[in-house]
Amino acid sequence: MNAQIRRMTVLVVLMFLALLAGVTWIQYAKAAELKARPDNTRSYYQSFDHDRGPIIVASGQVIASSTEVDDDYGYQRQYANGPLYAPVTGYFTVLPSSTGIEWAENQVLEGTADSLFWSRIQDLVTGKEPMGGAVELTIDPVAQQAAWDALGDQKGSVVVLDAKTGEILVLVSKPSYDPNLLAAHSRDDILSAYEQMEQDPDNPLYNRAIAGNLYFPGSTFKLITAAAALESGNYTADSELEAPAELDLPNSDHKLTNFGDSSCSSTGTMTMAQALTVSCNTAFGQLGMDLGQDALNAQAEKFGFGQDLAVPLTVTPSQFPQGMSIANTAMAAIGQYEVKVTPLQMAMVASAIVNDGRLMEPHLVRTERDANLSVIATTSANELGRPISAETASTLHDMMVAVAVNGTAQRAAVDGVTVGAKTGTAQKDADHAPDVWTVGFAESGGRSLAIAVVVEDGGSAGAGGTGGTVAAPIVSTVLKAVLNR
Amino acid sequence: MATVLPATPRRGRWAELFLLLIALVLAFMAYAQVALAATGSLPADMTAYCGGFTGLVVAAHIVLRWRAPYADPVILPMAVVLNGMGLAMIYRLSLRYEATGSGNASIASRQLIWTIVGVVGAVVTVVLVRDHRTLRRYTYTCMILGLLGLVAPLVPKLGTAAYGARIWIHFGPLHFQPAELSKILLTIFFAGYLVANRDAMALAGPRVLGLQLPRFRDLGPIALAWLVSLGVLVFERDLGTSLLFFGLFVVMLYVATDRPSWIVIGLLAFAGGVAAAYKLFSHVQARFQIWLDPFNPEVLGRNPGGSGQLVQGLYGLGNGGLFGTGWGRGRPDLTPLAFSDFIVTSLGEELGLTGLLAVLVCYLILAERGLRTAIGIRDGFGKLLATGLAFALAFQVFVVVGGVTRIIPLTGLTTPFLAYGGSSLLSNWIIVALLLRVSDGARRPPPATSEIDLTPIIASEQERRAAAKVADGEATQVVRLS
Repeated sequence: MNAQIRRMTVLVVLMFLALLAGVTWIQYAKAAELKARPDNTRSYYQSFDHDRGPIIVASGQVIASSTEVDDDYGYQRQYANGPLYAPVTGYFTVLPSSTGIEWAENQVLEGTADSLFWSRIQDLVTGKEPMGGAVELTIDPVAQQAAWDALGDQKGSVVVLDAKTGEILVLVSKPSYDPNLLAAHSRDDILSAYEQMEQDPDNPLYNRAIAGNLYFPGSTFKLITAAAALESGNYTADSELEAPAELDLPNSDHKLTNFGDSSCSSTGTMTMAQALTVSCNTAFGQLGMDLGQDALNAQAEKFGFGQDLAVPLTVTPSQFPQGMSIANTAMAAIGQYEVKVTPLQMAMVASAIVNDGRLMEPHLVRTERDANLSVIATTSANELGRPISAETASTLHDMMVAVAVNGTAQRAAVDGVTVGAKTGTAQKDADHAPDVWTVGFAESGGRSLAIAVVVEDGGSAGAGGTGGTVAAPIVSTVLKAVLNR
Repeated sequence: MATVLPATPRRGRWAELFLLLIALVLAFMAYAQVALAATGSLPADMTAYCGGFTGLVVAAHIVLRWRAPYADPVILPMAVVLNGMGLAMIYRLSLRYEATGSGNASIASRQLIWTIVGVVGAVVTVVLVRDHRTLRRYTYTCMILGLLGLVAPLVPKLGTAAYGARIWIHFGPLHFQPAELSKILLTIFFAGYLVANRDAMALAGPRVLGLQLPRFRDLGPIALAWLVSLGVLVFERDLGTSLLFFGLFVVMLYVATDRPSWIVIGLLAFAGGVAAAYKLFSHVQARFQIWLDPFNPEVLGRNPGGSGQLVQGLYGLGNGGLFGTGWGRGRPDLTPLAFSDFIVTSLGEELGLTGLLAVLVCYLILAERGLRTAIGIRDGFGKLLATGLAFALAFQVFVVVGGVTRIIPLTGLTTPFLAYGGSSLLSNWIIVALLLRVSDGARRPPPATSEIDLTPIIASEQERRAAAKVADGEATQVVRLS
């Protein structure tokens, strides 16, 4: 019988080989696929049931953290000062749709990022509970709060960039929401809170700084038109532009007029620098038609229009329309028609101007750290491109300083600081007051900052609001906060 | 003058003690880690647990030194480590159930009691059964008791159905799965029956297509086994037990007769039975559907009879990945019956692929040691008994682990030593005791030359039968007469 028993031994070994192969197939080859299945509540609980790392702002202040609780999820995510930082942190929810840094830096916060491999190995050896890593942001909490307060009850957004590094120092969107409500552990609570936020006519869930519905840039777009003109080599700051009281638009009944139907110049012509200072629509409308839509579009793209960008939150690309009539090109040149931008995009334009034509890649994450807060990755300054030459940048710089000193943006000034700015008052439709803008920069003590402020519907001033009266003072307040003045 | 000294064979008792200590340390570390992960402190009964378990295992070891000094030294440590892992996982789940109120928290203490009962049962078996050949006297008693055990759950009031299968009987508060003990009793019966009748079954019969077919009247026993398995399948709705008994019988029949035709006939008969059951019973169809298409939303959502449990088990395994979540850090409690039918996926989740492979290899070693014992033992009854017990264990692991990993359709069977359940633990410990007993016989050195009985072992069929009646000194090899 021994021969048969040996054959049965072979059979037993084969059965076990099948089992070994089976479990290897499931636990090795198929594991990722199984984990990714939407109905896999395990991965879903798993992501909660461990110590998710904190999100920290520049001064070491913790704005998102996890505390242990006694329920199915194990840990509760908490947001200190939730609404203030909501457009940055986003929310970490038990519904499968986290947003913001919680979404973009999930692997670090969860502790599953490749960069945390060694600390996971250490935890494995020491038997320590695996903990998520920390994410340190570039946000300046004092300036963030100042921007939040300066906007007050108005809807809108403030973005401040460090022009030399691309660090995003301020990213405010108002009205905001409380991410704590969406981090609740009851699905019903979350859903009802979410529904309420989503149905709110003020759209608190929009991240107005980088996404949302985008804004008409209005006259702030004249910076790009001027840049295109200077880059063409045919214009200087002193080039005389035609500046009629009314500009006839070809093949159109529409006439382009200036703010308050005023005439920019008694002579009918003015230099480009003067035109920018008083924000002359007819001069820039004509300039836009002369340059042509292709030149405008090319310049806008160099500044980042139409480009995908992750900071690491996904930024909605700003739009410059294609295939326009000449009349519409004139409108687009002054930031109307279908030109749509994010405040971040306009801050990027200002940052290239103040940084000698170099556009730095905006980013929110300063460092990624392991659970012991040792730095595992630092975001380095990265040049996205050179949309304008250093000369053009210098010319525009001086033109913008003039706007802040003599022109429409005088209220953006900060004592003892070189401030340049450009205002905008973007018409939307008959029912709404215009969205008002100020885009600018400040130089002080070796630092170069770029800022964009937009206030919707004329802000508290309503239909009478302009960029110079409503948005410019916010620029001044925020710059003071950043520069500690 | 030269003297011939008999070589002292290695008994391996010290090796066994060493392996037992490793097994115990693994079990205790698992037990401690479970509590550390759940509560941050050691289990309250850590000292009692370690002391008690060590005492129990060392007592078993001492009894082996006394009653079965040549027993295989690897078998007991494998059983201990598997039992210890099972206890740790059941304890881990009970802590979770206690914390959330989502399940029965008393499973850990009960399993601990059943472990004691199991080990004591094994020790008693080793002490009482001094020689495995005495069991052969009870061949037909075992058959009757074994069959009664199989049909007992069908008796009204005595039997109860749970989770769709009618395989439990209860006396007052005690619930028992008699099929687990029937497994041993019927293995003894098969071994006794086959060793007496194998010649007739092996040699007579026509040859068709190169296969030597059995005589029609020799088909009786296999037909009976087939009918009983089908009865279990149909009336108790227990696919696993049915498959186990039939597979066990066919394999023992093949080993006894060396006729592959038995395997062919057996497979055909089983396939036919399953095909008929598939046509007739919706629950069999459901099992196949779950096996082939568990992620189909319709199959997944069906309740009862959906694939939710299987899918949860797969998610558990996937969650464990290569190295597992660590003791107490996964979510095996999300899988229904994570402590019994699906304890393998619970272990796979927390110990990972590496841990689960180690557990499977422990089973393989246990089965291999049993089969090696079968080769080493000199009597035919012992060979069949050890083969049957070892194969039953291996096959049971294959059926249950193959079920949760979708190698074969999912059937309800307990995972030996790991899964929660008293009947299963006790009967598996008795299997270990019997394997130890047979291996003691296999490894024991032959008596000194002067004591050897020089009567010829085999002369003719008649003499062989006469010798069999004495029930001692069974023939090792049959002389083929054809």
